[in-house]
Amino acid sequence: MLFSIFMFVKQGYSQETFPKNDVTDTRPQTVAFTNATIIVNPTTTIENGTLLIKDGAIVSVSNTTEIPKGYTQIDLIGKYIYPSFIDMFSTYGQPEVKLPKRENPFIKREQIQSSTKGPYNANEAIKSNYNGTAYFRVNEKRALKLRAQGFGAVASMRPDGIARGTATFVALGNENENSMVLKNKVASHYSFDKGTSTQDYPISPMGSIALLRQTFYDAKWYVSNSSRTFSDLTLEAIENNKDLPQIFEAKDWLTDIQVHKIGQEFNMNFIIKGGGNEYQRLEEIKQLNSSLIIPINFPSDYNVTDPVITDKITLADLKHWELAPSNPSHLEQEGISFALTTYPQENPSHFLENLRKAVAFGLTKKQALSSLTTTPAKLLKVDDLVGTLSKGKLANFIIADGDILENQTLLLENWVKGKPYIIQETINKNFVGAYILNVGSIKTELKIGINKGKYIATISSTDGSEDKADFRMDGDLPILQFVTNNSQYNLKGWQVSEPNKIVFKGTGTLNFKDEIVWSAEKTANDKLKDKKESSSDFDNLGAVFYPFLAFGNTSKITSENILITNVTIWTNEESGILEGTDILLEGGKISKIGKNLSAEGSQIIDGTGKHLTPGIIDEHSHIALNGINEIAPNSSMVRMDDVVDSEDPGIYRALAGGVVAAQLLHGSSDPIGGQSALIKLKWGESPEGLIIKDADPFIKFALGENPKRSKSGPSIRFPRSLMGMEQFYTDAFTEALAYQKKRDTYNQLSKKQKAKAVMPRKNLVHEAMLEVIEEKRFISSHSYQQKEMLMLMDVADRFGFTINTFTHALEGYRIADKMLEHGVGGSTFSDRWNFKWETRNAIPYNATIMNTVGVTTAINSDSGETIRHLNHEASKAIKYGNTSQEDALKMITLNPAKLLHLDDTMGSIKVGKSADVVLWSGPPLSVYSKVEKTIIEGAIYFDIEKDKTLRTTMQNERARILSKMDGLENGANPTKISKEKPEFDCEYIQMGN
Amino acid sequence: MKANKLYILLLLIMSASFSNHVFGQWMPEVAKPQTEPILLSGGTVHTGDGLVLENTAVGFDQGKITYLGKEDDLGTKKDTYKIIDISGQHVYPGFILLNSTIGIQEISAVPHSNDVLEEGDFNPNLNTMYAYDAGSTYIPTLRFNGILYVESIRPRGVISGTSSVMELDGWNWQDAVFKKEAAIHLHWPSSLKAIVDKETNTLQMLPNPSYKDVRDKLESLFIASIAYRDTKEKPINLKLEALEGLYLGNKTLIIHATEPKEIIEGISFAQKFGVKNIALEASNAVLKVKSFLKENNIPVILPPTYNLPRSSDLDYDTYYALPNLLMKDGIVVALNHSGSLSNAMNLPFYAGTAAAFGLDKEEALKTITLNPAKILGIDDRVGTITMGKDASLFVSNGDALDVQSNALTMAFIRGKKLTLDGPHQENFKIYSEKYSQKN
Repeated sequence: MLFSIFMFVKQGYSQETFPKNDVTDTRPQTVAFTNATIIVNPTTTIENGTLLIKDGAIVSVSNTTEIPKGYTQIDLIGKYIYPSFIDMFSTYGQPEVKLPKRENPFIKREQIQSSTKGPYNANEAIKSNYNGTAYFRVNEKRALKLRAQGFGAVASMRPDGIARGTATFVALGNENENSMVLKNKVASHYSFDKGTSTQDYPISPMGSIALLRQTFYDAKWYVSNSSRTFSDLTLEAIENNKDLPQIFEAKDWLTDIQVHKIGQEFNMNFIIKGGGNEYQRLEEIKQLNSSLIIPINFPSDYNVTDPVITDKITLADLKHWELAPSNPSHLEQEGISFALTTYPQENPSHFLENLRKAVAFGLTKKQALSSLTTTPAKLLKVDDLVGTLSKGKLANFIIADGDILENQTLLLENWVKGKPYIIQETINKNFVGAYILNVGSIKTELKIGINKGKYIATISSTDGSEDKADFRMDGDLPILQFVTNNSQYNLKGWQVSEPNKIVFKGTGTLNFKDEIVWSAEKTANDKLKDKKESSSDFDNLGAVFYPFLAFGNTSKITSENILITNVTIWTNEESGILEGTDILLEGGKISKIGKNLSAEGSQIIDGTGKHLTPGIIDEHSHIALNGINEIAPNSSMVRMDDVVDSEDPGIYRALAGGVVAAQLLHGSSDPIGGQSALIKLKWGESPEGLIIKDADPFIKFALGENPKRSKSGPSIRFPRSLMGMEQFYTDAFTEALAYQKKRDTYNQLSKKQKAKAVMPRKNLVHEAMLEVIEEKRFISSHSYQQKEMLMLMDVADRFGFTINTFTHALEGYRIADKMLEHGVGGSTFSDRWNFKWETRNAIPYNATIMNTVGVTTAINSDSGETIRHLNHEASKAIKYGNTSQEDALKMITLNPAKLLHLDDTMGSIKVGKSADVVLWSGPPLSVYSKVEKTIIEGAIYFDIEKDKTLRTTMQNERARILSKMDGLENGANPTKISKEKPEFDCEYIQMGN
Repeated sequence: MKANKLYILLLLIMSASFSNHVFGQWMPEVAKPQTEPILLSGGTVHTGDGLVLENTAVGFDQGKITYLGKEDDLGTKKDTYKIIDISGQHVYPGFILLNSTIGIQEISAVPHSNDVLEEGDFNPNLNTMYAYDAGSTYIPTLRFNGILYVESIRPRGVISGTSSVMELDGWNWQDAVFKKEAAIHLHWPSSLKAIVDKETNTLQMLPNPSYKDVRDKLESLFIASIAYRDTKEKPINLKLEALEGLYLGNKTLIIHATEPKEIIEGISFAQKFGVKNIALEASNAVLKVKSFLKENNIPVILPPTYNLPRSSDLDYDTYYALPNLLMKDGIVVALNHSGSLSNAMNLPFYAGTAAAFGLDKEEALKTITLNPAKILGIDDRVGTITMGKDASLFVSNGDALDVQSNALTMAFIRGKKLTLDGPHQENFKIYSEKYSQKN
């Protein structure tokens, strides 16, 4: 009732500019909230405090009992006041983002240019000119839902594009935009997702990164160039908004790290919107030293009633279900600063529930509150307006009937800029208890409790069991109805005002006809048994696995000193195959090879009857990546390093096939693809830990049907023919040389001259091309037919560099002499052919012929499946053309090491080289031999015995977690299973949404 | 050094026999009928039904195996044979490639080289034999590795058609057909469909709305086929007529199903209608219904051991070990090829890999010889080296299930000696020559 005084009043102070249509009717808005527990900020609480507000702002917070005159008093005895929550990553009030349907890029008509009209960026996904304030519209439906969870203000942005423009800071009231907008431009937003852009580029996560990097360089260049003759409002906006908080939406800990990497390059301290699985890599996340915004949309229980379907929920998802609620507390323990967000939930109805769950999982209440009040206020630089209850700040606060972080506490009111919004009709907690109920001729016990903001009740029946009853308040009048002993009671009445007693009286009907009277008097404060609450299992949580997958380990695998005795060693060196030999691995290197070696403190492995080979190296792989193809014809600016995925089961499977290292190549969608990542398969390490340090840089080129879009009728992308390809390459290198000249000329200028000259635009594509020409970056070119390989060698000859590798090179056998002459290696399939027109002339003798002629020949997989048995593939060179056993083995070890310039440390068994070796149960090239151990730098990453133990561990871990889910209770939940990562090959392209 | 190597290589090649065809899209010479009794003498015979017979002779005449035993036990009959000494080599029954589009599809990425499109989803009456190209470029590569029979199928639809077993030799499909109507392939629908739930990055499993519809259609088709079978005077119905072989037992019903529910429902469906020979093509879900399959005596066609486990929870050797996990419980298992047709030639190595992961080598051999023959109802004629069966076998220099030693020296289909080299070998010869001349 008290609130009604505010209901119809325009809050005058912000409406002065509007025409009036009545006499002036500005009313005083002064309220005193007394006797409340006031949480001024996360560290300060005032008991029996008084909060004064006036005209939407806080006048004072104190424990005074003196109320100034003119203030309406609201007694909040037993109630709590908190600063209302702030969501700094919200889409509230922004226009809906409708994602376009995307067609398969291999068969569609390309959209090469931006379709945005106006003097904006060349890429449609760069929308930095977008101003969230201009498009903000009050949306009462959504505001209501946010207020119900305790929010009073949000920073609102439109989640569209890679550069998303600025967010607006708004209050969650229902008045017009003029008074709800609190601050224009509170943050700049970025993501990896191109959103509504229909332009082709970028289509991959590494493309998004490349585009953003180029854009940041462009923005600097744009503003530095005062004599420019063109306009780009988008670049201008980036530069103008660079001092705002910069917020970047990542999806998980892997992408958190990517964001940080971009930030470092441009000296931008991004606030990272994480994905909620940061607990999986706390060490790495801590090192970022970035502030985070963390969602708490914890996974709901799985329906585990059907054993077949339950089996399709992966251990990783089960573990995440168990551990996700501990994410905030883990971050807190590591001292990582973070805010919490409702994003991406449109309807955040479980936010408070999940917040309390996070608290049950160890998040301190102090941190829970600061992550929703002071931290976001500070990060957004709006702490002068909101975040605490102190003088001068907005009257944005919530009133609860207890500690807001406790499960049964009800959020009663949410005040936004001094205006009240009722969340919950007050529930009288004093009603909770046991009553003697006299109704008609019976006397029984009535129990009243509260659950989720509603009364619940039971009636004791004569047989001692309890029947459910319905108790509620109709205003001040109690209503009670129940069925007991086959009789239906419908009662209504009033509360008798007796001091220190709760008594109801009234009348009603029995079986809808007999008039009866009733009374109930509370006799005890017994609590009605609450619904089972999710107990805090914080201490009984499973351990994090590295990687966070089945067959991960609870700690990272480390290097050991290992002595393998009496083993047959395939050295790939002059010494050939050494039988009955010992080998010592120390400090990650091969330290001794010989007879009767001993080494104290080393793990000793009996190699009797077994074979030891150098670790297998796959020259052409797409495992352990989160993206394969970018789509720009020249995609040399994208880096596969950016999207290495350490959480790929393909790593473990390849290890089980004896693979220790791989070149992770860009796909074959484009004549010039992205920059390779060279990794070692260190299962459990982060992407950074997988990447081989100081390896020479490589780049993918692609010839043939894929880059030419030969299967695509509607394609309009240059080049479409091999003649076109030749010109495309010639052009790319010619441009790069021109770029170099321009850049060098500028760099040679004096400081004074530079000030007058125009700084050349930094161009990531040209730089990559220059590296190729200067032989600082090496080409591995997807190729099938001899004509295209000859063409590319011709181009390279003209520009004075050497193609490093033809990968696939299926017709290499036809031009092996020319390959030898040019100095290019061939990395081929063992026997795949005829899977497309351009491969019809492939023969399984390709490797043998190239090798015999003297071309450095490797056999690769290009497949997450084939990588698991490259030894079988190598032995096809024996079957087809009688390559020697040792040469065949070299095709998957030493030769790919040479092609990847890793042969100084890898590829053969030699003292001083890296201890990257495989122990086989028998001759390595036989299908009957199994990998027993795969060792990288002295660390055993695959061990066939340990694998057996892991299987049991995984089963037990599954069972442990599944037993935590209430099968019967969740039987009605939707049946969800895990989504598996697709197998990537050369042609894989993300289709987006 | 290099020239030396090439020279040796060249000699090696020249010593092998080559046909004199101009290479390209040509078909190697077709085998001529057996003209005289042949005795392969002194080899190790892998019979295909579990036995390894060392130093054993295999005799065959007019296309049939006439002798299996010690050469010396043959007595004077020995003189009737042309004796070929294969000491140190191995003899195997010809391998059988099940469930394959060899001859039907050529380059899968070139649509017009594929003969699989047809109207309608229920086509038991389509017989693949008519579309089989005996000149498919894959054929020489399969033979080269010991595969002598293929079950040629059409892949699409609910009932895709009736498959034919083809010999991998012959001028045309009429020559090559071995069993015109072998199996009807039924692709049992999925009862669930998965919808991506973006917020949680999971798949939501919902009932497949068309499941019941497809089941009902199958039900009505099979009911009609029973009525048709039992009716004397009737207008011809080609679809119903095509199903009759299922009840007579001369056609196998191969049910393709992925999940335990579908496997059980599919097999129960066939049993309800009295289908005599039922086989299942499925993947690792079979482990969940192993006892059902065993009780119902259902042979299983498994995916290649070279198959990537899809779920991150699966063991790395899920498919390597799968054949053993079924066979050790007495279930008849055959191995399948899936994926690019050009890799179908690796069928023997799928079996070899299964042997590395628990299966006895001769049991592994069964998965590509006797067991597929049983499934296709051709085990009375092929699948093992047994007296009276067709002389469809080959000789390999080494273990034919291991890549490095699978090296055929000769192969026979019904006694006819096959040309083993194809365009690949011809190309190898030509280019080896080219480079050796240059040096």
